Amino acid sequence: MIRIDDVSVTFGRGTPLETPALRALSLDVPDGQFLTVIGSNGSGKTTLLNSIAGLVALERGRIALGEVDITGWPAAKRARWVARVFQNPLAGTCEGLTIEENLALAHHRTRQRGLGLALNHGLRTSFRDILASLGLGLENRLGDRMGLLSGGQRQAVSLLMATMGEAKVLLLDEHTSALDPKTAAFVLETTRRLVAARRLTTIMVTHSMRQALDVGERTVMLHQGRMAVDVAGEDRARLDVPDLMHLFERLHGAEIANDTLLL
Amino acid sequence: MTVFAFLGAVEIGLVFGLVALGAYLSFRVLNFPDLTVEGSFPLGAAVAATAIVTGLHPISATLLSALAGAAAGALTAWMNVRLRILHLLAGILTAIALYSVNLRIMGRPNMPLLGEDTVFTPLRGLFGLPNYVLVPLALAVIVVVVKLLLDRFLYSQVGLAMRAVGANPQMAEANAVHTGRLTILGLMMSNALVALGGGLFAQTQGAADISMGIGVIIVGLASVIVGEALLPTRALFLATLAAVTGSIVYRIAIAVALNVDAIGLTASDVNIVTAVLVAVALVAPSSRRPFSVLRRS
Repeated sequence: MIRIDDVSVTFGRGTPLETPALRALSLDVPDGQFLTVIGSNGSGKTTLLNSIAGLVALERGRIALGEVDITGWPAAKRARWVARVFQNPLAGTCEGLTIEENLALAHHRTRQRGLGLALNHGLRTSFRDILASLGLGLENRLGDRMGLLSGGQRQAVSLLMATMGEAKVLLLDEHTSALDPKTAAFVLETTRRLVAARRLTTIMVTHSMRQALDVGERTVMLHQGRMAVDVAGEDRARLDVPDLMHLFERLHGAEIANDTLLL
Repeated sequence: MTVFAFLGAVEIGLVFGLVALGAYLSFRVLNFPDLTVEGSFPLGAAVAATAIVTGLHPISATLLSALAGAAAGALTAWMNVRLRILHLLAGILTAIALYSVNLRIMGRPNMPLLGEDTVFTPLRGLFGLPNYVLVPLALAVIVVVVKLLLDRFLYSQVGLAMRAVGANPQMAEANAVHTGRLTILGLMMSNALVALGGGLFAQTQGAADISMGIGVIIVGLASVIVGEALLPTRALFLATLAAVTGSIVYRIAIAVALNVDAIGLTASDVNIVTAVLVAVALVAPSSRRPFSVLRRS
């Protein structure tokens, strides 16, 4: 369970460019839930992911995984439990290293690293098995450099790496948006399969309302760093993209009306 | 060129092979252009020479020089990682500070080892071979052992994490790699190798000198570049071999150039030749893996 409690993040505090990214946001994601997050540019969705991953300093509030408060933890320490897949398909893997070396790095994410060899026969066998599950024929290319793979293949491997070990939380930052539609569909399907198999608590940020409603079991819409919509279950099942649009516009309108009242 | 001159070049090439391995680790593996080398090489020489003159066993003195180098590397990395000082500047700051430190250690600009035992002394007369053959042989053994240990480390779990830090720090961090810690560890290892080279160099030359460090980093880089030209590879095992080979070939090439009177080069021209070589190698369109960290985009 991820507990985000009253979290505020401001960029450039004390400068003319001061921008509040998250404003007193609270959000609980129960174990095993697949949450999708949408919102316009600057709504705070990437900042939300980054604050869970430990990449931005919180101005206020706390973040906990289960009972463990991880607010002060550096990103590398959180990575033991919090796995990430980036928007840029080239960012999640090391192109200069081989496929098996990339997987070995991810394999040791949740373990203490020592001076033992990073790769051995047993690991290679298990890597071959999980690569075969992608159905891309990569199981025969363990020694190939990552840079030889296409963007879609690399994103699929990134996903595989993120779901290795004892990861509890998976953070997906628009991880299909840089792919062509067919590859995006494949990566999304792989995401569904891996998340279901590992029962991972997942937060997926997306630009696409369609995707936000189709994938996962709960959808949150952020607006100006605050929670604007939070739907799950029956309500969400009945919702379609136009409904979500209306909801969004009504929110915008309501806010403008409020501001007008204040003047 | 005489056999004596040739073996002399090989000997210096082997000592600088350690520097080349250090430069490979910082520049190539960690993608960290570390200029500490200019100070840690003479630091190793100063520590080894002073320790030997003080009466320490030559082997302990040589190991001590490596430890001193590790400390220098830790300082540079710490300034970069924790104080957020630009990597190039952090290295220069350590190197300039080490100039004073080295003078303090030796108490004077030059520390001769005349009549002192060195790590090479026990070899004297072995197999009935002259010293100018035995010293390069002993150095070859040392360099090969160090190279194999370095390879083994880079293939380890921590070593793989270190390679990831240099190649894609964001991805490394997302895989629970503490990038700062590994940068510090990497620069400690790199400068330990360089200072070990310095300590051995002082013992082969019979003296430590405050000006020994000038241009050492460029020589290390030149060795790595020459090695990559001779043996273009991405396999680690071969890449470290290439760095050492590059260092030896580079020294032989310099020795040949200085020996051919028609070219008209003297020993004092070595630095400009090296600088031109490195500059050309950096911009040569054929270089398959340019040192991206050293060129503006």
